[in-house]
Order: sequence, then C-alpha cells, then structure tokens
Amino acid sequence: MTGQALIFYTFAAVAIFSALMVITVQNAVRAVLFLVLAFVATAGVWLLMEAEFLAIILVLVYVGAVMVLFLFVVMMLDFTGATQKGPLRYLRPSMLLGVGLALGVVFLLFTVIGPKQFTIMDYPSPAARGADYNDVAHLGMVMYTDYVLAFIAAGCLLLVAMVAAISLAYRGHRAKRQRPSDQVKVKASDRIRLVKMSPGSRG
Amino acid sequence: MITEQLFTLAWILVKILAILLPLVVVIAYTTFFERKVIGYMQVRIGPNRVGPRGFLQPWADVFKLLLKEIIVPSASNRFLFLLAPILALAPALAAWAVIPFDQQLVLANVNAGLLFLLAMTSLGVYGIVIAGWASNSKYAFLGALRSSAQIISYEIAMGIALIGVLMAAGSLNLTEIVMAQSGNLLSWYWLPLFPLFVVYWIAGVAETNRLPFDLAEGESEIVAGFHVEYAGGAFALFFLAEYANMILISVLTALLFFGGWLSPFQGIPVLEEAFAWVPGIAWLLLKSACFMFMYLWLRATFPRYRYDQVMRLGWKVFIPLTTFWIILVAVAVRLGVGPWF
Repeated sequence: MTGQALIFYTFAAVAIFSALMVITVQNAVRAVLFLVLAFVATAGVWLLMEAEFLAIILVLVYVGAVMVLFLFVVMMLDFTGATQKGPLRYLRPSMLLGVGLALGVVFLLFTVIGPKQFTIMDYPSPAARGADYNDVAHLGMVMYTDYVLAFIAAGCLLLVAMVAAISLAYRGHRAKRQRPSDQVKVKASDRIRLVKMSPGSRG
Repeated sequence: MITEQLFTLAWILVKILAILLPLVVVIAYTTFFERKVIGYMQVRIGPNRVGPRGFLQPWADVFKLLLKEIIVPSASNRFLFLLAPILALAPALAAWAVIPFDQQLVLANVNAGLLFLLAMTSLGVYGIVIAGWASNSKYAFLGALRSSAQIISYEIAMGIALIGVLMAAGSLNLTEIVMAQSGNLLSWYWLPLFPLFVVYWIAGVAETNRLPFDLAEGESEIVAGFHVEYAGGAFALFFLAEYANMILISVLTALLFFGGWLSPFQGIPVLEEAFAWVPGIAWLLLKSACFMFMYLWLRATFPRYRYDQVMRLGWKVFIPLTTFWIILVAVAVRLGVGPWF
C-alpha cells in the first residue's frame, strides 16, 4: 500500500507542478512540453486507478497526436516577441469580469457537486480487481449498450467540428494541381523528342 | 513481504535485461547486415576489413561513436538538446515490454497490449521534434516539422489497420491475437486482411522514418534533418532508437499478420511433426528477419518520396482504403466468414 501511495503522490505532484509550469513558463514551446508532462503524469494516476484503457488512450491521443500538432503550430509561429514580458503582461481591468465569473463557477461547483454530495464516505474506494480483469471489454460493453446515444452524439459532434474545420480551411480548387494518375502514365516520348540530324546538313 | 517485493522487482529487471541485451546485439548486427545487403545489391562487397569477413565492424562503429565528443551547439537549448535522444530511445525500448516471443514468453501480458504499442510508437516523434527545435538550426527544424506532420498522418492509417486486426481477433491482447490465428498458413491474418497488412507495413516504414519516407533526414535537401547537430553518443542513441523501432515494426507485422511464433507447417500432416522440435521463438525471429530484409530492400531500391506525395499517399489512399476494408471486416465478422472470423 505504501508503495502505491508513493507512486500516486509522485505522479500527482508531477502533474500539479507541470500544470502550474504550463501557465507560468515564458517560452511557448516549453509550456507545451510541460503540458505533455502533465498528461503523462495524469495517465500514470489513471493507471493506478485500474483505468488502463483511459490511461493509454490519453497517452495515445493527447500526447501522441494532439500535442504533437500543438508543438507543430507553436514551433512554426515565432513567439519570441511575446515571451519577453512575463505572465502578467495580459493583465487588464476587464479581467475582473473573468475573475468574477471564475469565482461564480467555483461557487457553483462547490454547492452542486461539492463535498456535501461527494464525500469519501459516500464513495468508498472500489475493491482492487484481479490481473485478468479486462477494463477495455467492460468499458466497451457499457459504452455500446447503456450509453450508446451519448456515444453517437459525441461522434456526430466531432464530425461536425471536422467538417467545419475543413470548410474553413478549404479555398476551392487551386489553379496549380497535379493529377498523380496522369503523372504515372507519362512516357519518355511525351517529354523528349530526339531529332536525327546529319553533321553536314548545317547551313 | 518487502523482500518478496524486492525479489519480484529484481526478477522483472532480469527479464528486461534478457530482452534488451539481445536486442542491442541484434541492432548492432542489423547495421552490419544492412551495409552488406545494400552492398551486394549495388554490386559492391560492403564492409569486410574489421575482423573475419568484417564481423567486428559493428563494434568498431559502436566504440567510435561512444568515444567521440558530444558537441552541444552554443545557441541550443542545452537541457532539451540532451533530453531529445533519450526521449527518442525510451519509447522504442518500452514498447518491447508487451511483445510475446512465445505463448508464455512475454514480459507483461497486458490486455490492452496493442493500444500500449500504438501509444509507445506515437511517442517516439517527441525525440525528433524536440531535437529539431532544441538544436536551433534551420535544417534540424525543417526535419522536425516534416517528421511531426508525417508521423501524425501515417499513425491514423496504422491505427485503422490495427482496428481490423483486433476486430478479427476479438482482443487487444497480443498473445490472444496470435492464438486466434492458429490453424494453418492460410488462417493467418495476411490473407483476409491483405490490404490492411500492406498499409500497416508501409505506414510502419513511414513511421520509422526509413527510406523511401526518410524526409525527416533528407540528406540531399536538408543535410541530415533533425540530427544534423548531434555527434557521438547522442547521435548513437538516435541511431539505436531508429533500428529498435524498425525491428519492432518487423516483429509486430509477423505477430499481427503472420501468426507470430506459430509454425508455418501447422496443420500439414507430415511436415508438422517433422518440424515440431523447432521452438516458437525461432519461427517468430525468422518471420521478423524477412521483414527486416524488406526494409533494406526498400532502401536499396526506391528513391525518396516527394513530400506532397507522401501526404497524398497517407491521407488520400491509405485512410480511405483501410476504412473501407474494416467495414468489410465488420460484415465478415458478423457473418462468421471462413476460418478467420
């Protein structure tokens, strides 16, 4: 048990530390890398909670794909000018509105799903499962039966977002396009014409 | 209690070493094999000076690399510059934890083994991207950008191809996937999932940044790409990671589509008994060696792809093809076609 607690606190500390670094570090690329570290540490915590599918999917989708795209974009843009001033450079009087909103959300969270409703007493930690417990199969069963409508709705939402993203980026047919099938069909005789000339025929 | 836990830990460490040490030796000799094979394909002899018939050449290379100085460019980000090769190598080695070499011979028999493998292979790109950025060099940066876009693109096709395999096997566990293929040569998944096998293999070549997809290195246009600033041991780690990934993809192709450790003579009356003495791991290594040879064959045969053509192949050919085929597989699984589903 102590070993488990040690692992948990290590991962939790790394997750919180790197999450704080994400919003305070000066360099945008470093912020993204700290976000990656936060994801990996969270995946470790989830793995400890026997949610191996979620933990691996977090690493696979967020760390392996989404964050790589983040890095790609952040590296392409040059942030050197914006990184000189420090984290307080965006401070404006209008931010008080945001602070008020955030406090409201915190208050709402506290009263609706606060410790009154979700105490440790009401939700004792589930019994540890054996090594042969298949978390993936169990999750699949629940997702494709009880929650199938929510699952389909989430899928539709993602599809809509994808179509929207593509239609925003698409600017019609460009003038210069290549057809690979035509390129494959090209023969040497289409591109070069060898002309026979006798050496004495000039002039 | 504590001593028991320590003993378990020590035993796991021994198992890890039992996988890693042969792996490193195999990587060393893969480089030698590669130079020899490409040499013969180009009507040359290849390395033949160090040791008998050149057999000590890989060790000469290893010691040369390790004894060289590691140069850190003064304008680079020192911490990330040195972290990058480690980030490239660690996932390449971690993925080997779930590879079953025989029915019982596996370090971690994880239920979500296939997912774990996908996650680990997708992490390797960080080493390349961070190396390119931390070097603070134009060529390295271009290599990193190319690599990140390329790996994201081919990971999708690779993942969809693997969905076909796990639908056919009904499991994410690698041992169960291999056992689901038992029967005979024709019940292996290469036959019903042939397009997925081809896509998986080509995407595997692209994921490992090997020719004809080595645009991240691209000697002719961006010198050496992401590792242009690296020397000595740090460069050796990138080299090690690339070859560990190549061998991993070869072993995975053998496991997922070619019956892993199952004997190819299974189900054939006389030959099955005649070859019953061969251990399963020998078949697995033999099948993987064929795919390793294909890597070298591709390298010696094809010119490098142009970048837009790489993207077109990944997005417009592989993804529609694999999507179409997993719909077919879904129908076949529902109907219970053949010995496969």
